[in-house]
Amino acid sequence: MRPILEVKDLSVSFDVFGGEVQAIRGVNFTVNEGEAVAIVGESGSGKSVTAQTVMRLIATPPGRIKNGSIMFNGRDLLSLSEKEMRKVRGNEIGMIFQDPMTSLNPTMTIGSQITEGLVKHQKLSHSAAKTRAIELLKMVGIPNPEVRLKQYPHNFSGGMRQRVMIAIALACNPALLIADEPTTALDVTIQAQIMELMKDLQKQMNTSIILITHDLGVVADVCDRVIVMYAGQVVETGTIKEIFRNPQHPYTKGLLKSLPRLNQSKDEPLIPIHGTPPDLIKPPQGCGFCSRCEDAMRICATEAPEVTTISETQMVRCWLQDPRAAKGAGMGKEESA
Amino acid sequence: MSDNFVEVQGLRKFFNVGNNRILKAVNDISFSIKQGETLGLVGESGCGKSTAGRTIIRLYEPTAGSVTVDGVEVTKLSKSKMKAQRRNMQMIFQDPFASLNPRMTILDIIGEALDIHGLAGSRAERKRRVEELLELVGLNAEHASRFPHEFSGGQRQRIGITRALAVEPKFIICDEPISALDVSIQAQVINLLMDLQKKMDLTYLFVAHDLSMVKYMSDRVAVMYLGKIVEIAKSEDLYANPQHPYTTALLSAIPVPDIEDEGRKERIVLQGDLPSPINPPSGCPFRTRCPAATERCAQEAPELRETRPGHLAACHYA
Ligand SMILES: Nc1ncnc2c1ncn2[C@@H]1O[C@H](COP(=O)(O)OP(=O)(O)OP(=O)(O)O)[C@@H](O)[C@H]1O
Ligand SMILES: Nc1ncnc2c1ncn2[C@@H]1O[C@H](COP(=O)(O)OP(=O)(O)OP(=O)(O)O)[C@@H](O)[C@H]1O
Ligand SMILES: [Mg+2]
Ligand SMILES: [Mg+2]
Repeated sequence: MRPILEVKDLSVSFDVFGGEVQAIRGVNFTVNEGEAVAIVGESGSGKSVTAQTVMRLIATPPGRIKNGSIMFNGRDLLSLSEKEMRKVRGNEIGMIFQDPMTSLNPTMTIGSQITEGLVKHQKLSHSAAKTRAIELLKMVGIPNPEVRLKQYPHNFSGGMRQRVMIAIALACNPALLIADEPTTALDVTIQAQIMELMKDLQKQMNTSIILITHDLGVVADVCDRVIVMYAGQVVETGTIKEIFRNPQHPYTKGLLKSLPRLNQSKDEPLIPIHGTPPDLIKPPQGCGFCSRCEDAMRICATEAPEVTTISETQMVRCWLQDPRAAKGAGMGKEESA
Repeated sequence: MSDNFVEVQGLRKFFNVGNNRILKAVNDISFSIKQGETLGLVGESGCGKSTAGRTIIRLYEPTAGSVTVDGVEVTKLSKSKMKAQRRNMQMIFQDPFASLNPRMTILDIIGEALDIHGLAGSRAERKRRVEELLELVGLNAEHASRFPHEFSGGQRQRIGITRALAVEPKFIICDEPISALDVSIQAQVINLLMDLQKKMDLTYLFVAHDLSMVKYMSDRVAVMYLGKIVEIAKSEDLYANPQHPYTTALLSAIPVPDIEDEGRKERIVLQGDLPSPINPPSGCPFRTRCPAATERCAQEAPELRETRPGHLAACHYA
């Protein structure tokens, strides 16, 4: 497996009125060729900021990339000029945004929005671009593409607009597709269409996918690996099997336990995670999850946990799994108050 | 009189959307709910769930049909009598952020509900009652003096629930009470709703699109499609033996948050989108997306009829 994207020690902050929002703090992850990787995590944990930083779409100011590198096919995206980066966005990395309603141009026909990039970046003739656009709309399951090309976004339903977004993102056969909550605003039946489409792409074109989502059902269905984010950090990564069968981080465990199983009886209450995530203007000194963690130890409040390797593919940032803490050395579970 | 606490008969809500076009958001639905029971209401976005809820509580005037709650036919009440009746029936809204006035303290937001129905005597009594209610939903008395923006999403939804509970209603319509919340806090709100139901013998109409949550919450579930109820049954029965092809597709599309164990059901991917409620298909509303539609489905609208004991479905072939 060849890595296509390697994000190292990435930190991004936003300077706002109240101070510096440390949106992501030392994020590390890899995406391999042909692999679908999920990023899950609490609202505000930094999923979208991570994706937008990879695409270099963070507005600076207020945003600021403080540290790190983003190697994509051998080049550090953070060192590219804006002009070079535009080529990467049009050709090599496609992105689907969280909100399909605001990311299409309401004054341009669907056709011109799809062909724009093909003409500009792939240097196709207008008629070749149109043929390709029809092909793409067919591929994402839009009937009568010849007619639909001439229409505007408001003539399309939410699900169809999302499929158009996917068609635009795929127009140039990107090696990597980043999809930020592509189905959150959609219904289960439309969501099912989009998920099938993503799986087809991965199989047929060997596209690598980063899928940001709240929905662990979608993750289990589409992805090979999972990255769990909490308060601006990656707190656990693993294959879907490892994450669903053998989660190590208390947040990951809590997330899985808080969902009802389809056969759960009404008399069995759900298990929520109490409390709220920390304020990222004053991120806690220790572990970000400490205040909500039922198994927190003394050290969790004062020192940030480092990465512990569980297997070749699974890693966790938690003192409970850290061999130094587990061995005792005065850091064991708190005996008294 | 039946033992049904809520009885909805032939309810219709049409909107005039200009140019003589009529949008049939809710088109002849009937169902009942027993006291202390939860009826789940599911279906695609735009199928009419919220409109049904709003019409039942008469935030919208019905175009036709009747709604009876606790023996009172609310659809016949005058505006002023209706205001008093609202004490019995409350609604919890989808968006915990938009539904609370940002300039009011929690004390005033909840106190206002008490004032409307003359339930608070003195100021001190009003305050005591609000604090009591806050504690009931797992917040504390000190929260009363704060403003909505000082709370997390889950806490704000608790405040919305507190406001609904303040007037001691017997029937609550929960319109997607957890969709705007993080997965990790959805469970808090659901546990709270179920707890309160037990304590106060509340009757719920629970609107949601998360089908596993609906199954967990509800005693019975109604499935809506394009303004109509296409299937209604006990929740275990609906999930185990769906009779309508739309329900079957809907259930097969639930992404299960677990990795594949062998023998998982094949997903049925429906083609196309929900048709327009301004121009619905002839015959069966689902026929344009139904994998099993025939000539008959285009000509004849199927009635909602009992296809198994206690299990109704509107399909010629169920
Ligand atoms: N332009 C901005 N200015 C200031 N703060 C920002 C900005 N964009 C993001 N943030 C902050 O960065 C943090 C991470 O936000 P991000 O959008 O990445 O969250 P997310 O994980 O995608 O959440 P969600 O699931 O709600 O989409 C949040 O605390 C957010 O408030
Ligand atoms: N005040 C209104 N005026 C005109 N049309 C309306 C109005 N309210 C709702 N509608 C229409 O009625 C139909 C049903 O809407 P409703 O909000 O009840 O759907 P829903 O099932 O609650 O959907 P969702 O799951 O997206 O909340 C839609 O086509 C909607 O556009
Ligand atoms: Mg986001
Ligand atoms: Mg609604």
